[in-house]
Amino acid sequence: MATRMQTDTPTGSQDGISSNIDRWTHINKLLNRRGPFCDESFAPGQGKDSLDTCKILVIGAGGLGCEILKNLALSGFKNIHVIDMDTIDVSNLNRQFLFRPSDVGRPKAIVAAEFVMKRVSGVTVTPYHGKIQDKDADYYSQFQIVICGLDSVEARRWMNATIVEISRDNEEIIPLIDGGTEGFKGQARVIIPTLTSCYECSLDMLNKPTTFPICTIANTPRLPEHYQKLDTDEPQHIQWVYEAATTRAKQFNITGVTYTLTQGVVKNIIPAIASTNAIIAAACCNEAFKLATTTAPYLNNYMMYTGNEGIYTYTFEHQKKLECPVCSDENIPVAVEVKKDILLEEFIDWLKEKPEAQLKRPSLSTASKKLYLQAPPPLEKSTRPNLEKKLRELVGEGEEIVITDTTLPFSLRLLVNYV
Amino acid sequence: MIKIWSIKKDNAQAEKKRPKVSAAQIRVQKDLTELALPDTMQMIFPDESDLLNFNLSIKPDEGFYKGGVFKFTFNINNNYPHDPPKVRCIQKIYHPNIDLEGNVCLNILREDWKPVLNLNSVLVGLQYLFLEPNADDPLNKDAAEDLRMNRKNFEYNVKQSMKGKDVKGIYFENVLA
Repeated sequence: MATRMQTDTPTGSQDGISSNIDRWTHINKLLNRRGPFCDESFAPGQGKDSLDTCKILVIGAGGLGCEILKNLALSGFKNIHVIDMDTIDVSNLNRQFLFRPSDVGRPKAIVAAEFVMKRVSGVTVTPYHGKIQDKDADYYSQFQIVICGLDSVEARRWMNATIVEISRDNEEIIPLIDGGTEGFKGQARVIIPTLTSCYECSLDMLNKPTTFPICTIANTPRLPEHYQKLDTDEPQHIQWVYEAATTRAKQFNITGVTYTLTQGVVKNIIPAIASTNAIIAAACCNEAFKLATTTAPYLNNYMMYTGNEGIYTYTFEHQKKLECPVCSDENIPVAVEVKKDILLEEFIDWLKEKPEAQLKRPSLSTASKKLYLQAPPPLEKSTRPNLEKKLRELVGEGEEIVITDTTLPFSLRLLVNYV
Repeated sequence: MIKIWSIKKDNAQAEKKRPKVSAAQIRVQKDLTELALPDTMQMIFPDESDLLNFNLSIKPDEGFYKGGVFKFTFNINNNYPHDPPKVRCIQKIYHPNIDLEGNVCLNILREDWKPVLNLNSVLVGLQYLFLEPNADDPLNKDAAEDLRMNRKNFEYNVKQSMKGKDVKGIYFENVLA
């Protein structure tokens, strides 16, 4: 699309200055005049300064990130930082339009920053190629706004917990704008840490990861998906799974096994759709612009978009969860009711099923003892016998259990009541 | 700028800050249970109810120190992860970055420690010391000098020291497995 990048001004002007005036005309109309929805603090003509001084951080330079970076630069933000740990893959090029075939293999954050700076004069994009976890609270507290275009629950959770913690410790609050897309669906939300609901508050809205019951796969296969159990990332392995699935599908007269379906099932891929990314990124950047310039009220606080059949959006206020382990002031341990004779092992399995916890390999302890630790080997071995014991023998009524997990950016505290 | 940026948290609320139930304990539990221990390392917990004090043995599978088993103690205080873990080698070994008392010179255990680092980073750092001893930042100056001047000679001295023999009059501990 943007291959002829030097000729973007409709007038075809050779003069950089006059083309810049053209570029900001529409933004200036918003900044220089008071509108009916402007915040009280809005001062016509001064919005430009807020955009000049606002330091904004973009997490992720992928499908959403490319759109977000482009939108921010073209909305007048001048000081943009971007973090991404990935390098460019050839399969990204169809929608991550800041990248070219010659960039394949290079870090996304760096290439995206270079592209945006080359294309929009006067903007500084500072890239960091690495993990969000490499940076600490000091680093994140230098920003006035953070926008996330992430693709994983874990990274979002970590980012949310970090930003909420900073806003809790410091007097300044950093608004977090979170965008997400999955196929034709997407959502954009504004999180004002400690004041509105945070990402952790809404975890129970996530679906449980769909897994097919192992018995269905082994005994009564009905769908092509049932033939394709999890393997690895290697193309030849997927090819093998595909071929095996085709053979077996023929036996049971099931049609519809394709290589793409195999890949989708094995790697749990939902295709990324460029237009969904564009819509969600636009919504996110619109919020950043409103927060920075006070030209209009910001989103309160959750907008969901569905493009599966026609176009539908719904905006609502997601409520703060009182016992949220991240943003609640009280940090009350969560009370749970379990059966009197539940074994520790059953209790752990039950925890893993809970969508609001999103646990993978939980390790549990109480103030006085270790219940079960997943690693290192000597501790796993010494706590393993506990799995067979009744939870009630290990943890008294009302005693607190502390849970840690790779998926948890913090620890989770539970109070057990036996019924 | 929108007003929320200057919202002052009211003091009462700030004071209600959650009581940190031994944050160090929880963090160590998290670090330990997420360790990916390579075959070359083993952890021993003398008291399994105490996660803050444990031993680590490293058995390098290449480099100058291949064939030896090196033992360390880890002491983590209640200020972890703001303070780094205290790591000590309990054997007397011939190494440019470990002195005869067992003090370890590893940047992330000292000036470059940050709370975002974890036990895994420390283990990787220790492993690295045995693969690539660093002559530029020595604790044992003789060993560092030796390594810098003549790698072959250093390699010979390391082998001697690992057998429990003496190097320049100092006897070392036999660390061969």
